[in-house]
Formats: sequence, structure tokens, C-alpha cells
Amino acid sequence: MQTLTENKKAAVLSILILLIGCLIWEMSIPAQKVAGELTEYEMLTGGGQPKAGVPPPSQVLGKAWEQLSNPFYDAGPNDKGIGIQIGYSIYRVLTGYLLAAVIAIPLGFLIGMSSVAHKALNPFIQVLRPISPLAWMPLALFIIQDSEASAIFVIFICSIWPMLINTAFGVAGVREDWVNVARTHELGAVKTAFTVILPAAAPTIVTGMRISIGIAWLVIVAAEMLVGGTGIGYYVWNEWNNLDLTSVIFSILMIGVVGMLLDSMFGLLQRTVAYTE
Amino acid sequence: MVKPFLSIEQLTQTYPDGLGGEFTVFENATFGIEKGEFVCILGHSGCGKSTIMNILAGLADPTSGVVKMDGAHVSGPSLDRGVVFQNYSLLPWLSALKNVTFGVAARFPQWSKDKVIEHSTAFLAKVGLTGDTIHRKPSQLSGGMRQRVSIARAFANEPKLLLLDEPFGALDALTRGTIQDELIKVWSDTDQTVFMITHDIDEAILLADRILLMTNGPMAQVAESVEITIPRPRNRTSIVEHPNYYAIRNHLVQFLGQRSAELAGQPGDAGPSSPETVRIDLIEDTDSEDPEPAAPILRAVEG
Repeated sequence: MQTLTENKKAAVLSILILLIGCLIWEMSIPAQKVAGELTEYEMLTGGGQPKAGVPPPSQVLGKAWEQLSNPFYDAGPNDKGIGIQIGYSIYRVLTGYLLAAVIAIPLGFLIGMSSVAHKALNPFIQVLRPISPLAWMPLALFIIQDSEASAIFVIFICSIWPMLINTAFGVAGVREDWVNVARTHELGAVKTAFTVILPAAAPTIVTGMRISIGIAWLVIVAAEMLVGGTGIGYYVWNEWNNLDLTSVIFSILMIGVVGMLLDSMFGLLQRTVAYTE
Repeated sequence: MVKPFLSIEQLTQTYPDGLGGEFTVFENATFGIEKGEFVCILGHSGCGKSTIMNILAGLADPTSGVVKMDGAHVSGPSLDRGVVFQNYSLLPWLSALKNVTFGVAARFPQWSKDKVIEHSTAFLAKVGLTGDTIHRKPSQLSGGMRQRVSIARAFANEPKLLLLDEPFGALDALTRGTIQDELIKVWSDTDQTVFMITHDIDEAILLADRILLMTNGPMAQVAESVEITIPRPRNRTSIVEHPNYYAIRNHLVQFLGQRSAELAGQPGDAGPSSPETVRIDLIEDTDSEDPEPAAPILRAVEG
């Protein structure tokens, strides 16, 4: 054991925790009694009926294998592969998120650079920011009249705030010295913004983008449960209505995995723009 | 009267003192700098040295008074006036080389990329940075190396006036000595006009043609302009053997230790207060008696 590196030790420990957790889960689920073991009274009271219970991990694994081996099948509106459902969710998240970025980052620059703009816009931001994104849903459905676009709007409205606030904060906090370097080199406003302020504020901006994508992925599940039709959120709700808990647990895990992948993409981006003073 | 290359005329800076009144940092500062001259300014903290520097750089505006360079008014920052800041002010996300090319590309936009890199590399080499070092980020360089990059960036731009704001203030004594030597070397290659703030008397004597002395603030004034009558090239180890060295040094120490406080706070008259020129040259005095100029130095060494 002494020869193992820290990472290997951690990996071994993780696998151990997973195995023990699954074992406890598997054992804590009471087995269904076989019909032959039932007393006459139990059979009369319906004891032979299969009970809806929490499935053991072995069943979830079986389900995962079945779903992941054919993730893109499409057998009608209520029966689509997990890949298709997740694809819809990612499409909505990215569309709403990119729209938010296109507005939040330039606006954040403006707020960060001009204290007048900051003071003028701050009250609106402070009031709009704490509104739960789902609270916008009825209004969005009424105005936009399209459930798909409403879901995208909800993603847009929830991911705009962290990006906006972090961009403004990062831009306002750029060191005076660096701005003076730009000034003594006679750089114009646009050139200063792109060659000095943007790289200086980039770590803060990307942190805001990372928070936003996390929130967007949280919100899409809830939004899709409401608007229905397609997407991983709808899938969870649909399987709950089918009382297929195996699929529910499997899709919960998939939500976690996709969220982790989205986050680690921004983690990579964060590393590329980071600098040490 | 012929105007000097850079002329600072009746510069006054006041700030609100927080009590509804005004606080005068310095008043009617008037002095000139000739082309190719290396001028140091010495004074205690709070006398407004850095403010004068920022005004010359165009980063701040004086309350009243004007700065003229080559006969034209100075307003706003310009590539004609390069600045080396005390805290280096390198852009931390760029490599040492890119920090220099950043400036060179801004100064000479018509140059090709290769020419910009070649020019920048040459100036980095002048301050002793070569090889892989120039591709490192500032965070991977020592304080001395960072200030070298900053000096290379300023000289590579070939500004008409170079402003150095306590460039060696944050460095240890050994590194400071090395970079002072490099600064002299680069400066003598380029004939740059330099205006430098420092706290270090020995550094000022080593580097400067002329030292401006400021009285203590508030209402500080540029009181004296001391000529450094020690011939170049100067060398840190041999300069102390020059007979003028201690005479000048004593004068400066005495000024900063005593007279800067005595002269402080005297409200100037309305007219411009030009610094009084002080020339201390022991060799010149002996020259009049002895026709051989080098002789006194030899005697001093033998003695």
C-alpha cells in the first residue's frame, strides 16, 4: 500500500465506498416472496402481487446497460432513448445559456466600466436576480405561447445573473496599473477592452459562466417537468407516472453525470484563462 | 531664453483636505530637462514626487501649471513618454516577450510581426534576459527579472522621455546594483532622456546627470538642482573614490536630513520658483592651480 500514490489510494477508497454503499442498498431491500412460500391467508389478501418498491442497484445497473446500449431509439412521443432526452435538455440549456452570455457579458462590461451605468442598473438587477426562474414560467408561457421557447427563456433568465454580476465585478476590479499600461501605450477603448481588461477579468467572468451553467442544468430539469414533451426532466416525471423507479434512479444518475461533464468543461476553460500575479 | 526640451512651468497640485479646505502638495514647481539628460528627483514621502511623475506621464492633471515637451503641451498619456512603474505593471497573463512586443506593436504599428519580435528580443537581451526566460510568465520570474522586463518594455518603445517611478524600490540591494548597471548600459546606448524618482541617494549619484531636491510637503518646492560632477562612465565600486563623491553625497544627506524640513511649508511668492543650481566640483578648484586635470585623483589614491 505504501507504494501507491495519493491518487491511487483515493481511487481505491472511492471504489470501496461505492461497493459498500451498493451492497448496503442491495441488502436493505426486502426480497419479494415467491408464491409458493405464501400462506393461504397471504394469497387471499393479495400478498402475491408484486409490490412497488425501491429497486436494488443490480436492477438499476441492468436498466443502465439496456438504456445506454441503445440511447437514441425513438418509439413514439412517450418512449424515446435516454440519449435523445438528454440531447433535448442540453440543446435547451445551451441555447438559453448562450443567449444569456451574449447579453450578460457586454452589459457586465458596461456596468463594470461606468459607475453611472452601475448605479442605474443595480436596482433592477437586485430585484430581478432573486426571482426563482420557475416563477417566470406562467408569464413566459402566456407571452411566448410556446412551451419549448418558454423553457429556453427560463434558462436564459436564470443563467444571466451570475454572468452579469461576475463580469461587472471582474471588469471593475481590473488593476489600475494595467489600465495605466494601456493608457501610456495609447490603446483605444476597444483595444484596451480586448487586450487588457478582458484577459484581466477573464478568470472572474469564467467563474460566473461556470456558476451559470450549473444553475441552468439544475433549472432545466424542473422546467421540463412543467412544460413536458421531451427532455430529461420530462423523462424523470414520465417514469414516475409509470411507477418505473428503476428508470427514475437511472435518469437521476444521468442528470448528475451530464452536470458534472458540463461543469468540468468550464473547469478546463477556467484553467486556460487563469493567471497568477 | 531657449526653452529646454522638457519644461515644467509653475506646476501646482492641490487636493481637498477633507475639511472643506484645500491642501497644497507642491506649489509653482518650475524646472527643465535637456534632451539626453538623466535627472533624478529626491525628496521625502509626501512631497509630491509621484504626482509630478503622473502629471508628466499624462495620467493625472495638475491643478495649475503646464508641462511642455518639445514646445508642445503635454496632456493625456502618450507613447512619447514611457513609464516604468514601481510595481513593474507587467500583464501577468502574457510572457515576458509578449509584454515587450505588446508595447512595441503599439508604438510601431506599421512593423511586421517578425520585426517586432526581433526588436523586443534585442532589448530584453540588453537587460540580460535571453533564452527560455523570455517565454516565462511574470509570476515565474523573480522581482529583479520582472523589473528588467519592465525596463526593456520602456526602452524598446524608444520614447522621447522615459519616466522611472522608483524602479528599484522593491528590490534587494544586490539585485538593485546589477539592474542599475544594466540601466546605465541601456541608457548610454540609446541617449534617452530620463526622469527618475528615487529614495536612494547613492543610486541617484550613480545614475544622474543632475539631481532635483524637493523640500518636504505640504507646499513642497523643487529647491535645488545639484549637478553630479563625476565623469561617466561611472562604476559603482570606483565612484566612491572620486573626490567629488562624498562632497555631493554630504550635501544631499544634509539637505534631506535637515534643510528639506527647514525650507518646508514656506508659502512661495506668486512667481515661479526655479531650483537654485548647485555645483560641487572639488577637482575644478584644484584645476585652477594645477594644469593637469587627472593629478588630484592620483594623489588621492596614493594618499
